Amino acid sequence: MKVERMNIERINIDQIRSDFPILGLQVSGKPLVYLDNAASSQMPQVVIGRIVRYQTAEHSNIHRAVHYLSELATKEFEAARVKVQHFLKAKESREIIFTRGTTESINLVMHGYGRAFIGKGDEIIVSALEHHANIVPWQMLVEEKGALLRVIPMNDAGELLIDEFEALFNAKTKFLALSHVSNALGTINPVKKMVAFAHKHGVPVLLDGAQAAPHQALDMQDLDCDFYAFSGHKMCGPTGIGVLYGKAHLLEKMQPFMGGGDMILSVTFEKTKYNVIPSKFEAGTPPIMAAIALGEAIDYLNGIGLANIEAYEGELLAYATEQVSAMPGVRIIGTANKKAAVMSFEIKGVHPHDVGTILNIDGIAIRTGHHCAQPVMQRFHVPATARASFAFYNTKQEIDKLIVGIRKVQEMFS
Amino acid sequence: MSDMKQLYQEVILDHNRKPRNFGAILDANRHAEGHNPLCGDHIKLWMNVLDDKIESIAFEGEGCAICKASASMMTGAIKGKAVQEAETLVEEFRSMATGTLDPDGQANHLGKLKVFAGVKDLPSRVKCAILPWHTLHAALHSENSVSTEGAADPVPGAEIGGQ
Repeated sequence: MKVERMNIERINIDQIRSDFPILGLQVSGKPLVYLDNAASSQMPQVVIGRIVRYQTAEHSNIHRAVHYLSELATKEFEAARVKVQHFLKAKESREIIFTRGTTESINLVMHGYGRAFIGKGDEIIVSALEHHANIVPWQMLVEEKGALLRVIPMNDAGELLIDEFEALFNAKTKFLALSHVSNALGTINPVKKMVAFAHKHGVPVLLDGAQAAPHQALDMQDLDCDFYAFSGHKMCGPTGIGVLYGKAHLLEKMQPFMGGGDMILSVTFEKTKYNVIPSKFEAGTPPIMAAIALGEAIDYLNGIGLANIEAYEGELLAYATEQVSAMPGVRIIGTANKKAAVMSFEIKGVHPHDVGTILNIDGIAIRTGHHCAQPVMQRFHVPATARASFAFYNTKQEIDKLIVGIRKVQEMFS
Repeated sequence: MSDMKQLYQEVILDHNRKPRNFGAILDANRHAEGHNPLCGDHIKLWMNVLDDKIESIAFEGEGCAICKASASMMTGAIKGKAVQEAETLVEEFRSMATGTLDPDGQANHLGKLKVFAGVKDLPSRVKCAILPWHTLHAALHSENSVSTEGAADPVPGAEIGGQ
């Protein structure tokens, strides 16, 4: 991919970078080069401003109270739910449940659906490239119920083996929990086809969309998954807010995850009647400010255009991949045909933690470690990797700095 | 931040490239293994302790430069020392790495080991530097294995590698 083909006309990178105050930061006297977006993205001024406005002039607890602030906060909170609905192309806003993040969303499905509908001898399918958040809850369920966890294997490029996936299905298969995009490898799984196959066997599907949501347009009607989970802080929103999308008919038959306020219709000491969805799954005071800020982040991303973001980040990845592939002694881990802007790599003879620490001296922020995906590390026989992950506010010049940094590491360790 | 650059100075890189006292001691009377499950650092340590003196010490291991260099320099510093002297160094190294001992301002026996002072500014790397010393402590107390995680965590909350 030629550099000249960068989509400058569709992405006004100078404008976008000026939207993010933190990108002007100096680290160790050098301009920050933030390449850890798969862990958490940065926040544009409009979202920061929205948080300030909410806390300055709109905050109260939501629902039930009749005073001005409570009605305003409730209206804004529910408006954020509708923004998420449209972002996902969900049929109804009651299919959108606010959680603390992807992890809580997955745990909600494990408790609410899994504990009610999966039993002894049943089988749950996950994939070899899952984040721990989409492994451990299912392991807990399997242990509790005497069920079985089956794992879709992958090839050396980090692509799931679809034939083996299909062969895993049998009469005992009761659930499929699958990453949309791998956080450690960047692989974009063919989830639409996989969901369709699971449905042919009557198996509901949860997609972990933490790494997909900020980088491509999403359409729940097209994907047809039963559940979709993602986090606000990976898509320019704050931490502490996440989303679980679920098809209404499934959410309705699920048991509540947590008991408390808001999730009830009536309580006596003899009997509690649960509220309707989504309230049934939102016990206690929710992260109101964070939900409203997530709504603002969605507006911001829509303003740029998810298709533009996907195209621009694709070019960043292609440029970085071309540069790094050409470097002797550097191996990219995760070379799937379809990839999001995540580049895991190792430098021969240098532990990833040394790579990360040395790059940090030049203000370059990458992540090093197992990326909460230890089975992925085991699959590729590495203790850890260095991972650069790009967002639409990164530039080719920043990738050049990464390349210079990698060379510096190699020189130091030569 | 200049401490951080100093951390990767030549002496550490040299010990990483050519670790001293590297290899197993077959007739060792003390042995322990240390493991940092989060980053894969793994140290095996062997010693012969006679009459309260560390007669010989050697290690093998996989890990980052900080961990390997720390192990290599530790073996050099410990060989020939009395057990109590080694324990003092364990405590001083640990204090320096976690920032509670200023090796230039407070009395200590660290000598060349002061090159690791910079890790105190890198909470995520403190464990890398301390792992060999934890392992030494375990070997002296006839414990067979230690981990940097859980109750023995020198810097809780500074895990590297998640997300």
